[in-house]
Order: sequence, then structure tokens, then C-alpha cells
Amino acid sequence: MAEFTYQLAEDVAKELYTRALKVLPPDVREALQRAERRETQPIAKTNLQTILKSIAVSDGQDMLVCQDTGLPVYMVKIGKRPVVDGARLAEALARGTRRATLEHPFRGSSTHPLTRENPQTSIGEGLPVIHWEFDPRAEHLEILMVPKGSGSENMSAVKMCTPAEGQAAVKRFVIDTVTGAGGNPCPPGIIGVGVGGTFELVAMLAKKAIARPVGRRNADPAFAQLEEDLEEAINSSGSGPMGLGGDVSTLAVHVEWAYTHITQNPVAVNTQCWAARRARARIRDDGQVEYGF
Amino acid sequence: MATHTLDTPLDEPTVRSLHVGDAVTLSGRLFGLRDKTLIHMFDERREAPVDLTGYPVLHTAPSLRQTDRGWEKIIVGTTTSTRMDRFTAPLLEECGVRAIIGKAGLYQASLEPMRRFGACYLAIVGGAAALETTQIEEVERVYWPHLHPEAIYQFRVKGFGPLIVAMDTHGRSLYEEVRQRVKRGLPGIYERYGL
Repeated sequence: MAEFTYQLAEDVAKELYTRALKVLPPDVREALQRAERRETQPIAKTNLQTILKSIAVSDGQDMLVCQDTGLPVYMVKIGKRPVVDGARLAEALARGTRRATLEHPFRGSSTHPLTRENPQTSIGEGLPVIHWEFDPRAEHLEILMVPKGSGSENMSAVKMCTPAEGQAAVKRFVIDTVTGAGGNPCPPGIIGVGVGGTFELVAMLAKKAIARPVGRRNADPAFAQLEEDLEEAINSSGSGPMGLGGDVSTLAVHVEWAYTHITQNPVAVNTQCWAARRARARIRDDGQVEYGF
Repeated sequence: MATHTLDTPLDEPTVRSLHVGDAVTLSGRLFGLRDKTLIHMFDERREAPVDLTGYPVLHTAPSLRQTDRGWEKIIVGTTTSTRMDRFTAPLLEECGVRAIIGKAGLYQASLEPMRRFGACYLAIVGGAAALETTQIEEVERVYWPHLHPEAIYQFRVKGFGPLIVAMDTHGRSLYEEVRQRVKRGLPGIYERYGL
């Protein structure tokens, strides 16, 4: 019988990165199709049709969806089984990331922040980004891979609002950040919003929000309402696909939240492009791997 | 929405006949370049090894594979143009470029050289790299290969587009018009949500 090994985790990481770059999740495709049907402005409609055409080409010819292979982000959920050594798993994810980049091959974008040297491996100090989550209800090891493109990442922002400014400041910051970004983040994509927590947690919540399947609402009705309001507000702005005007400026707004300090009111926006790529694997104790989104 | 099917190189009257909102599809030759290429050309004063007169340039950093038969494409997509805004005037004046193809546009100051020298900005859909790559028939040549992936790439394209004329020779920028419209609408949105 097969079993979980770190070599297997490395192979899975490699497969996930390549898969994420090539196969757009069904929920993203459907959201883009709905956007194209609903759009009434001719330029915007043309651009949305170009997007759908490009997705079909990428499917038909086994090509990368976008040339920006992004920075590699892994969200690892550890349940009860298999029992894993976190340090070895982290090494395996880095090796898998490097192999995907060199063996496909595709452009590596990881760069030293001072010298700007690019090893062309997609890894380096601090990369890949790995977020760990422990869930006693999870039966298996789950790895979600998000290649985060830079056109959209560069338009992200955090603000420490005050409690006196209330929810209004949170909403306004999201609307201003997204409409101010115009066409830079390749809209219409997913707007990930973090509310509450600390300075670093609010940013991580926003990242988690862009990794949620399009349109799956927050389980809490108050935050689900916030998602709906922000989505409607952003779409009524008229900024449109690629910032060239139109009815559809975002596919969905997702909000993730946490408790915060009595003196704090933090909000974060992580913008995701229309090519909202992600790939997921569930690894069982016996080494069986199930791939999905 | 007027649609133009054009062959490159482009002449000045053709480019001056284009208006914001028109759709353009290109066939023929065009050149890929980006940040480092432009710094090499204009800050480090290296003369371009190829005559760009009349051609469109594309803001790109392509993934290519070098084989015995030459350079083969893996994936060619478009990058954000605003970073390269300050090179608009020299590209048009010194190199005779007739169109800049990219995503997210150039700043308002680029409209003046476009009007003076007769050039426009053509918006491509960012991220639609798979389609873009299939519209590139061949990577004919790579100049300054030591700068790869920021060299000068000579592409032969067919039916490249649809591209949207987003900045024209008549002083109009669709980006700016949309930005102003969005800005005017924001107070109404704030009011609707009690902000």
C-alpha cells in the first residue's frame, strides 16, 4: 500500500503550480461567462469575449492562462491524518515550486528586493509563501496553491481605520482602493477584503478571501450583506473590464473577518485579476491524492 | 464601434484616422520590449539595432525557448504600460513608433507627443496571453538577447487583437474619461450606502 511521503508532497506541489497556471477554476469561468452576458457596453463586451476566447485557447492547446506566473502562495490545512513534519513539508513545497518552474519551463518572477537578482526558480528567501491552518475536523492534508499575479497584487492596500470611523470607513476604503486602481489589476476579478484582526492578520484574511470560490458568500449574514453592498457599489462605478468602462468591474467581493482590538478597525484589500487561478489537492494517509479547485 | 483591419508598418494618416473606442486588428510585424529595453535605449543611449519606424511596439516579457531552429514561443503576454510612460516621447520622436500596445494605459502627458508625432495607444486585454500567443505566428528575431526576457523581440503576427484605441492623436484618452466618470459618480455611491 502506498503512503504519504515528502517526495509525494513535492510532486503534488509541482503539479499544483502547473495546474493552477493552466486550468482556471469552473466557478471563475462561469462568473466570466455571466459577466459577458450581463455586460451592455460594447468595448467591455468585446474585452470579456476576448477573455473567454483566451480561456478556450489555453484549454485547447494546454497553455498557461497568463504569462505572469506570479509569486507562489500555498495554503496548507493540516487535519488529523497524515501526521506531518512541518519543516520537511515546507521544504517539499519549495522543491516542488522550483521544479515546476524549471521543468515546464516558465518564467520565474521571484526577485531579491535590493539587488533585484532573479534566480528564475520562483523561490528564494521567504518564498514560497506558506500559510498554515490547523483544523481538527479535517480528515486529510489539504494544499491550496494560488499563483498571485503582480498587476493585481500591486494594487492591494491596508488601512488601520479608527473605531470612531466605523463601518463606513471600511466600506469607503474598499470602494476607493478598487475604483482608484482602474485597469491595473486586470478587472473584473475577485476583491478580497479582510476586516478586523491585527496589521498582518487583516492582510492574510484578504488573501484568504481571494482564494474562495467565486460568489460563495460569507456564512455570517452581516458579512454576507457587506459583500453584497460592496459588490454592488463597485459594479455601479462604471470602471469596467480593464478600466475601459462597463457594467462589470468585479466578479465578486469576498470578506473574511476576525476579532480586533477595542482601539482598532483594520481593513485590507487584496485585488485579484480575472484570471483568478488556484488549484487544490487533498492528500490522504494512504498517499492517495485528489485534485480539485 | 468602428473596426479596422490594418497591416504594419502603419503610416501617419492611418494612425491619425483612428479614434478612441475604435477596434483594431493588426497583421504583419511588431516589436516587443519593456522596462529594461527602454532604459538601455534612452537612459544608456544605445541605438536600437533595428529600425522601428512605422511599427507598433508591445509591452511584453515573453517566455521563449531557444532551440536549434531559433526562438520558440512558450507564452507571450502584456504588462502594465504606466511604468514605461516616460519613454513615450523618445519612442515616437527618435524611433518613429506609430503605436504602443499595452495594458492600463499611459498618463495624460503622453497625449501631446501622440498628437505631435502621430501615434496612438492600443489597449490589449491583460491576462489573455494564451490568445495573444496564438496570434503571434513567429518570433522572427531577438535583438539584444543578453537582455532577455527584456530584449527587443521581432514578432510576425496575424489578426492580432481586437485591440481598443484607448489614446488617440486627437487628445483623447479613454482611461482618463472613464476615471473622471467614476470620480463624478463616487459621491452618489457614498450617499447610497450612507458613507
